[in-house]
Amino acid sequence: MYRVRRWASRHARFFEGIYNGFEALLVSLHPLFRRIGYQRMDRPVAAVEKVVKGLLFDTRMCGSCTLGATGMVCPMNCPKSMRNGPCGGVRSNGHCEIKPEMPCVWVDAYAGSRLMIDGDRIREIQAPVDHRLEGSSSWMREVRRKKGVPEIGEAAG
Amino acid sequence: MTLLDNPAAGHFLPLEPGHSSPGRLEKLLRAGEFTVTAELSPPDSSDPQEVFDKARIFHGSVDAMNATDGSGANCHMSSVAVCAILRRANYSVVMQVSCRDRNRIAIQGDVLGAAAIGVASILCLTGDGVQAGDHPQAKPVFDLESITLLSMLRRMRDESQFQSGRKITRPPRVFLGAAANPFMPPYDFRPIRLAKKIAAGAQFIQTQYCFDVERLKRFMSTVCDMGLHEKAFILVGVGPLASARAAEWIRQNVPGVHIPDRIIDRLTGSGNQKQEGKRICIELIQQVREIEGVSGIHVMAYRQEETVAEIIQESRVLGSRTPWYPGIDGP
Repeated sequence: MYRVRRWASRHARFFEGIYNGFEALLVSLHPLFRRIGYQRMDRPVAAVEKVVKGLLFDTRMCGSCTLGATGMVCPMNCPKSMRNGPCGGVRSNGHCEIKPEMPCVWVDAYAGSRLMIDGDRIREIQAPVDHRLEGSSSWMREVRRKKGVPEIGEAAG
Repeated sequence: MTLLDNPAAGHFLPLEPGHSSPGRLEKLLRAGEFTVTAELSPPDSSDPQEVFDKARIFHGSVDAMNATDGSGANCHMSSVAVCAILRRANYSVVMQVSCRDRNRIAIQGDVLGAAAIGVASILCLTGDGVQAGDHPQAKPVFDLESITLLSMLRRMRDESQFQSGRKITRPPRVFLGAAANPFMPPYDFRPIRLAKKIAAGAQFIQTQYCFDVERLKRFMSTVCDMGLHEKAFILVGVGPLASARAAEWIRQNVPGVHIPDRIIDRLTGSGNQKQEGKRICIELIQQVREIEGVSGIHVMAYRQEETVAEIIQESRVLGSRTPWYPGIDGP
């Protein structure tokens, strides 16, 4: 049931490389995105993002993606939405307190992070989820952040 | 040692230099005293006398009482209300806040209210899942988790701001705590998780039940290597097991509690299991207090609260010190 996303976390190093390359590509497309308009781009890109990331990582499209800092594992699959590490309820076999058949998301995340070059980003403190961003594209958000483009809805400047 | 006691709600007392709260728990820990806290389980009742009765059992044995917040996802009197009742008699309380039942708007409101009635210490928890308790059909909230909760409360205190950035005219002066569970996987990540909690604002730590001293020693040695014991006061969770059957039940049904087979075997082989459970608890306390970086213990004696006084006395962890309680200085 959790086979694909567990496979992805076991290949976290590979996906880290792919992700970094892909991000650089998206950032390089900034002039194009700007011409089309970021607001108009968000929905189609989010749709693609949902399919690709959903397939590989079972991601939940919270809009504040942390994959690179969480061992290429989506922390929103945790039933408690833990974004900063495992809760105290993990079972001795490493499975989830709430879904006993599921391996703890954070057990996999930590294992994945150990394979990555930038795996120590798992020590970063993640801010609480902004629930308004649910369903929006975190890829586009990352490009906007890198290029200093103001958030959609925020006043320019 | 006697401490000058707060005549009024702590909120209005001056802060000592370098302290975040006017509370007794912070004072004792900063003074380097080996400190004892205990869990008070809120009643299934609207009678305040039941809260006072539960508190009285701990007189002279504990420095502060934790008011649990729907522990095990079961319904009880709320932690903020238990604290309000206990503050009337000037008890030192630790208000537990869990993220399971309330979102950030509700929690920030409760914290301001708690500080206003003199709650000086707050334990920030994620909380057990609803499946563990008596209302598995309830909606789990989990808007925040322990670390995001800690950073939010620290900002309220240190920057006088709600998470929204809106100004708070008088910030809550609270000593912030968090939990740790060194006894469950991923073991290597547990010290890192503790470091994150401390970085997010935790000043004291209360751990899950310790029944495995070797595992705790390994955890504490990493913690000390990372220097974390100098940044937060660590209180180790302990408690008596009533019988081998009770231990087996806890192991199966209470999330996050690790009880090694050798403890259960020892209980099974004993003629008086309740007595043996107490004996094990006392021995654990004596071993735990010798570990570098341990500042105190946190006693969780659910439905065995009456054994706490004896356990604390026999383990001699308090030395000659008697924790303050209402009436200690005469009527």
